[in-house]
Amino acid sequence: MEQSDKIQDVYSQSRSILSAEGMRRTLTRIAHEILERNRGAGEIVLIGIHTGGLPIARRLSALIQSFEGAPPPVGSLDISLHRDDLADRNRPLMHPTEIPVSIEGRLVILVDDVLYTGRTIRAAMDALNDFGRPRHVQLAVLVDRGHRELPIKADYVGKNVPTALDEEVRVCVAEIDGIDEALLLSNR
Amino acid sequence: MTQIGEVAEPNVLKSIPSPHLPARRHCLDLDDYSRQEIEAVLQNATVMKDVMHREIRKVPALRGKSIVTLFYEPSTRTRVSFEQAGKILSADVINVSSSGSSAEKGESLYNTALTLQSMEADIIIVRHPDSGAPNFLARHLNASIINAGDGSHAHPTQALVDLYTMASHADRLEGLRVAIVGDIQHSRVARSNLWGLTKMGASVVLCAPPTLMPIDFLGGHHSRSNNPFTSVEIETSIERALEGADVVMALRLQKERQDAGNLPSLREYSRLYGLTPKLLEKARTSVIVMHPGPMNEGVEIDPAVAHGPMSVIEEQVANGVAVRMAVLYGLVPATRHRD
Repeated sequence: MEQSDKIQDVYSQSRSILSAEGMRRTLTRIAHEILERNRGAGEIVLIGIHTGGLPIARRLSALIQSFEGAPPPVGSLDISLHRDDLADRNRPLMHPTEIPVSIEGRLVILVDDVLYTGRTIRAAMDALNDFGRPRHVQLAVLVDRGHRELPIKADYVGKNVPTALDEEVRVCVAEIDGIDEALLLSNR
Repeated sequence: MTQIGEVAEPNVLKSIPSPHLPARRHCLDLDDYSRQEIEAVLQNATVMKDVMHREIRKVPALRGKSIVTLFYEPSTRTRVSFEQAGKILSADVINVSSSGSSAEKGESLYNTALTLQSMEADIIIVRHPDSGAPNFLARHLNASIINAGDGSHAHPTQALVDLYTMASHADRLEGLRVAIVGDIQHSRVARSNLWGLTKMGASVVLCAPPTLMPIDFLGGHHSRSNNPFTSVEIETSIERALEGADVVMALRLQKERQDAGNLPSLREYSRLYGLTPKLLEKARTSVIVMHPGPMNEGVEIDPAVAHGPMSVIEEQVANGVAVRMAVLYGLVPATRHRD
């Protein structure tokens, strides 16, 4: 068929861009920044974008709890039905979207592992609209790899990593991959 | 493959593709679905069901796409559930039925469908009394074709609805004992379910009077090597068929079949093969009762069963929209060449 889908690429080189320790420190800093900027955790709802953003959101919630006492609620968002690049692609396997509290009038922090073109975030903001009108939406990402195609900017960035288009950033988390590490994969 | 840098596991160098459905252009029957693809459709249907229960019941997945339902046979639930599914996914849905269209003036199926394609229909959902009509359209048109029931051949989306309904009542479909009772010979629902259930590893027993059982399944023919359903049990006694069943599916007795001389009388059929509360005692206590509709209550199913505590017939209808959303969403149309 006319499919030109990237089914599976194999890379020959890999470079660690965040170790387990580095990831822990980075997330701790982001949790502090969130609290500092919003003067506490009062109205925060953390929403992780499936699948990479969800474990990061859960960790930020646990860290905020360790500083402030109460964990902000964590939700998950599947953006498959809101993508703008669906036409020629294979259809993704979807995950349930779970927003545990009303987001009406609250401060929503969208969480993802890697920020790249910005299209995922646009779709996420679109998807979020169906659940209510937050007072404020912010964006936290573990790695910003550049190459934005839309006017989108993260409020909290774990690490800025310059990348080439043929490279890939992979964030591994202990909950899924058995190890905490961010890698830059390439063939050079 | 050379490895440089500190890598925890060798397989970490591979780009992990996000799990997806295989590219599929048409949905004609379940014979060309793999077990993985059926599982993927059922998983996506679960998410679609969530979408249906939201306050805002609309997602933009098929925005700007045109869907045409082209029905040459009467239908309520199938047509309406496709229409509802398409609308929730933001597609434009146009309904065409043979009565009131050019088909009444004698236009051929091919020409009618070609007309619809010329009007940029992306997906054509077709129901037709002739077996194979959707396959014919799929061969000759660029639009994606969904079979919404053709003759006695196939009704794949109904079978997916049934699988979804069974899966929501059981831990797993593998090993599930499913009894399908009624006019197997003329049932497209039974045929598509047979593909789906055997692929999922369920154990199926078909029960019908010999005159309403496909000839291939009777006698020695059943063991022929080209029969993909050798594991399926054939039973003419409903008592034995229901023994230990987790699921009982009753099929509509198409009354017009009686005129063909397949049955001595409706009353006799009802007495021998009608699903009653007493017969259901043979099945597991957790048994669920299904029916693809429309029902002839008092013929193939006793009203006490159809509306009793074991019936999931209304659930089947409710699941119909979510599963058809997952099917519509799963289709990858042919690349359009614009000049």
